[in-house]
Formats: sequence, structure tokens, C-alpha cells
Amino acid sequence: MYNFVFEKPTTVAEAVAALASEDAQALGGGQTLLPTMKQRLASPAKLVSLTGIAEMGGTSSTGDVITIGGGVTHADVAAGGYGAISKLAGDIGDPTVRNRGTIGGSLANNDPSADYPAAALASGATIKTNARSIAADDYFTGLFDTALEDAEIIVSVDFPVPLSSNYQKFEQPASRFALVGVFVAKFADGVRVAVTGASEGGVYRWTEAETALNANFSADALDGLSVSADNMISDLHGTPEYRANLVKVLTGRAVADC
Amino acid sequence: MSSVSMTVNGKSVTGEVEDRTLLSTFLREDLHLTGTHIGCDTSQCGACTVHVNGKAVKGCTMLALEAEGADVRTIEGMANDDGSLGVIQAAFQEHHGLQCGFCTPGMVMAADELLKNNSNPSETEIRKYLSGNICRCTGYHNIIKSIQAAAAQLG
Repeated sequence: MYNFVFEKPTTVAEAVAALASEDAQALGGGQTLLPTMKQRLASPAKLVSLTGIAEMGGTSSTGDVITIGGGVTHADVAAGGYGAISKLAGDIGDPTVRNRGTIGGSLANNDPSADYPAAALASGATIKTNARSIAADDYFTGLFDTALEDAEIIVSVDFPVPLSSNYQKFEQPASRFALVGVFVAKFADGVRVAVTGASEGGVYRWTEAETALNANFSADALDGLSVSADNMISDLHGTPEYRANLVKVLTGRAVADC
Repeated sequence: MSSVSMTVNGKSVTGEVEDRTLLSTFLREDLHLTGTHIGCDTSQCGACTVHVNGKAVKGCTMLALEAEGADVRTIEGMANDDGSLGVIQAAFQEHHGLQCGFCTPGMVMAADELLKNNSNPSETEIRKYLSGNICRCTGYHNIIKSIQAAAAQLG
């Protein structure tokens, strides 16, 4: 990789200031960014590490809301006992990736096949940055694209606790990313279904399924629905039609296991 | 260039590194601890697995400067004080858990973290835990046997 200047601030305010310079890039656990830089697909002039910032660590729960610091690793979320979100975190990548990779890094990168975006969108999470709070419905704006501005840092994420929830991931076995993943969360005021890995537009809510499940929360409620292959990802691992079918199958499994 | 200090296998070390220097590069080229292997350099194979503050990480996917002040353990730190093989290493030897041996340092470091978290893992749990460590020789069966034997011995 090309060389850069490394900085490791200890507060969010210092990190935001360090990111103000041209071609500066925030570094979370680095499990995506460092491989990308080795391939010279990214060459920031400055890396600002977020791993030394105490206010981005730690998780807490009020019973209604789980708050996870932006710098918390997948391994720590997996060990937290947070139901479907912990299960999801424990199936990201491999143990060494989970020991470094962070929830803030995953959500900031918004890989179209990443797991956390599905959890955040289905949970109706709130992404809290140094500047503002962003509802998950407004946060994911497309492939590797989010509502984050330059030099804006995810300090924490609030996940409302559902009545029940489940995440089903059809794993691409080499990369362990989701070929398709579906997160279903049932709240007192309705069901939310978020799909990752399938659409060329990145994570999205399957609103037809939500309507059907609000009327009848069972896998049978999906029987009459069809998923269009339009705009589904096509690669050597799966055709658009294959992914469209997986969306329906995995949603049914998630509902059955909720 | 930046200076970096850490503890590696119980010894304090310092060095002058380019900011882009990877932990695996620092260990191998500056400290000459060449037991940590670079198999792929693309974060796939796990041959570079080392422990940083007790957690297994890919040494090729972490900057040396991120390990400032950390307690780092490499395969060279897995032997007993008298130089004889540690329990996991000896189990790999006893149960033919290696052929070419290139992946073995990463396998041993991954196995050590697994057994610290789970003293009696099932075969499925071991296989899942080794998902980030690739071996092209053994077909994994004897690696699993080696780790099960080490688990039994460590109790």
C-alpha cells in the first residue's frame, strides 16, 4: 500500500479535527480498509484511527434500547447477549475479523453484502454521529453510500429492542459475506423486514412482506408474494433470479424462527 | 517514520517504522520473528495470526502503530520456557496436524484462543473457529484431532 500519515486521537472531537484535512480517512478495525489499500484501490494521505477513543466503546441496555458504541468489535457484540444482533455479529467473517472489525466501520462502509446494515434497518436503529442522529431509514443511501458527511463519525448506534427478531444469512462460503441475508424484527407497532446482499442498491426494506406479516405473522403469509429479479446483484455466486428466490425463502425462515 | 513500542512474547521492543508498516512486517522484518507467516497478504489465509492483548488477529491486517503499547504473542512465544514444544504444538506434532507446516503458526495461535474461550469444543465448533485459517495440505482432519487432543490434555 502507499504510505500515509497515521494519527490516533483519543477523543471524538480530536478525530473530527484530524479528519478535516484533505484525503484523510477514518480507520476503524481496518478489516476492509487495509485490504483495500493493499490493493491500491484506496490511497488516503492520512489515516485517523478510531480505536483509541473511549467514548466510542462499550455497550449498554435500558431494556427498550440497546446502545452499541461505534468502536465496539463484532466479537464484543457477539458476546453481549443481545439476541439476533449478537448472533449476527458472531457469524461475521472469522474470529480474527470479529476481534478487530467494528460496528461503526461496517455501517460507515455499507457494503451491499454486509450483515449489520440489515440489523440496523430492520430494527429501526438510530445512527448517532458527532454531529446528529440519523434514522436508519434515512441513513442507507445506496451501494457503499450513506448519509454520513465527510469527517462525520459514528459514535454509537441505538437499536430499539423488538418483541422478537431473527436473522437468516445464506453465506457465500469463501468470503463469508451474505449472498443474501434477511433480518426480521417484530415490534408492537409492526414488523420490519430488511434485506442485504441481494439488491444492487444495497440494503432495503421489503415492504410487501412487512404488510403481509402485519396481517398474519407466519411464514405462510409470504406464499402469495413474489420477488422481482430486477436490480438484483448478479455475480458468479448467484443470478438475480436465484437471489430473488433466496429473499423469500430466508424471510420465511426468519419469521418461522422469530 | 514513527517510533513504536510494544511487548512481544514478554519482552519490551521498540522500532522505527513507516506509518504503513503492518504488524506482521514489523514482527518478521524488524524483530526477525519469522514464525509468523505471510500466506496471502489479502486477509484470507490466517497464517499471520498472532495475539494482541489476548485476542487473535491477522497480523497482515493490522498496522504496527495500532499495536503501540500492546501485549503481542507470536508462535515463538508458544514454546515452553525450556524451549520444548507447548501443549498445542506437541499435539500437532503427535497427531500429524501439519504437512508442509506453512499454515501451522496461524493454526496454533487460533487454537490457543479457541481453547482459552472454550476448553472442550466440539468438532463443529473447532471447524467453525478455524474458518479464517486455510490449510492446503491436511484436509483439516488431523488439525481437528490435534486440537481435540490438546483440549483433553489442557482439561
